[in-house]
Amino acid sequence: MGEAAVRAGCRYYFGYPITPQNEVPEYMSSRLLQVGGTFVQAESELASINMVIGAAMAGARVMTSSSSPGVSLMQEGISYLAGLELPAVIANVVRGGPGLGNIAPAQSDYFQATRGGGHGDYRTIVLAPDSCQELCDLTVKAFDLADKYRNPVMIMGDGMMGQMMEPVEFPEAIDLAELPAKDWTLTGAKDRPSRVILSLLLNPKVLEDHNFKLVRKYDAVTREETDWEEYMLEDARQVVVAYGTAARIAKGAIKRVREMGLKVGLLRPKTLWPFPDKPLKDLTRVVRQLLVFEMSAGQMVEDVRLAVEGQAQVHLYGRPGGVIPTPDEVAHQISHYYYQAGLMDKDQQSGRQGGAA
Amino acid sequence: MTNKMIFAGFGGQGVLLMGFLTALTAMRQGKNVTYLPAYGAEVRGGTANCTVVISDEEIASPVASNPDFVIVMNNPSLVRFANMIAPGGTLLINSSLVHGEIKRDDVTVVPVPLNELAHELGENRSANVIMVGALAQATGVLTIEALKEALAETGLGKKPKVLELNRRALEVGAESARQALAKEKSA
Repeated sequence: MGEAAVRAGCRYYFGYPITPQNEVPEYMSSRLLQVGGTFVQAESELASINMVIGAAMAGARVMTSSSSPGVSLMQEGISYLAGLELPAVIANVVRGGPGLGNIAPAQSDYFQATRGGGHGDYRTIVLAPDSCQELCDLTVKAFDLADKYRNPVMIMGDGMMGQMMEPVEFPEAIDLAELPAKDWTLTGAKDRPSRVILSLLLNPKVLEDHNFKLVRKYDAVTREETDWEEYMLEDARQVVVAYGTAARIAKGAIKRVREMGLKVGLLRPKTLWPFPDKPLKDLTRVVRQLLVFEMSAGQMVEDVRLAVEGQAQVHLYGRPGGVIPTPDEVAHQISHYYYQAGLMDKDQQSGRQGGAA
Repeated sequence: MTNKMIFAGFGGQGVLLMGFLTALTAMRQGKNVTYLPAYGAEVRGGTANCTVVISDEEIASPVASNPDFVIVMNNPSLVRFANMIAPGGTLLINSSLVHGEIKRDDVTVVPVPLNELAHELGENRSANVIMVGALAQATGVLTIEALKEALAETGLGKKPKVLELNRRALEVGAESARQALAKEKSA
């Protein structure tokens, strides 16, 4: 993540240590110096995020990273970033919660990430990688999206992704000079009219206009940037919905149940906000059984239920608290619901025609 | 072909480094790999384990429910992981330290007297590298030559003297596993 950020042009990192993501600041502390960047270990998460606001305002590519309790502390600043329309990347390597919780991998910050987390009418773009390669690719993308929409982008990983190692192919480093110029940054008004970036809009009418402007931006993000992966959906009768580490485990489980002849696929959201509503709704034309698997007590399951509008049965297999279920345990859940829905009998009656949309 | 393996032992035995060296070597041999350390408030003398998956295909889950190989460096790890091995799998144990009963007859057991072998080699700390040599012999996926190359990248071979020692440790491990496997076959 650190190297990908540097190659994406990130030159400023502000953060405060917390397990399981300390590898990021450790790496950045030496790497940024090599490219003429700035690394600050701030005195707190609040200080970190406000330093991010400052650097973003001056036009830099900037990031911070933390883990669940630390990201909670940053929410005020993230709300300000959204209100001020400033681009920044925030990585949350999620651990078990609530409270101090533990340091094991979890996905229990889904609500916080996708619902804004802080106060006010706003959205953050939330990316959910499922491998080290994708973590690298989506980190680069996060900086591009942040600049394109002038909006904070959150990368939601988990403790497993924070610690796991896999081979990664890095993209070429971008040339900062080739990025589109930003015409709104506060860089000193010598020889040009002054610019203003305000968060306090006291007149309700003015703030309403600002809110609607944000809404139009969020609509554009939803139209343009929703992203997901389809895995073995062609002939699936039951579909697992999972993201990040849970999706990796689900793939292992699906391989297993496929060996037993169960027609099961996976839909993996790569953007948690905007959420892939449409592909899920389209899916319900042929698939009536969905199983949501997440490493929380059940958060994304609500978005899945909203997306399918009652057109499919949505089951939940949620494992909170930092527990990582094995592919076997997930396979057991898959086959349980598969048989319960009588899908095995249907398989025997007919070779179903057509595939998922 | 997919091989899943779990390395387990005391913190300080070089358990994570064994997994890292294995994964790195397999990567250099052109395989897909994942390396997943179990992390926590790990301390010397506590428990440590990691999971490595090596495959010719894309790796779905980096978590292993039924590993093909389990490398056990101490007694608590035997209790915890012995039952997880897939039938027909292989259990490599540090027979200098692990004395628990192995209650399975559907797995191949490869005992390697690591502490003694390391002592003979003149460096007690090379026990983990000896075990990786034994693992390479047992799996047939890693070559000793590739392991020797990869050593230099891990910090196990920064000094020429240490590198040479660890290269010998790999061979000692492979030889030990070869003998143990031959014995198991004839038994």
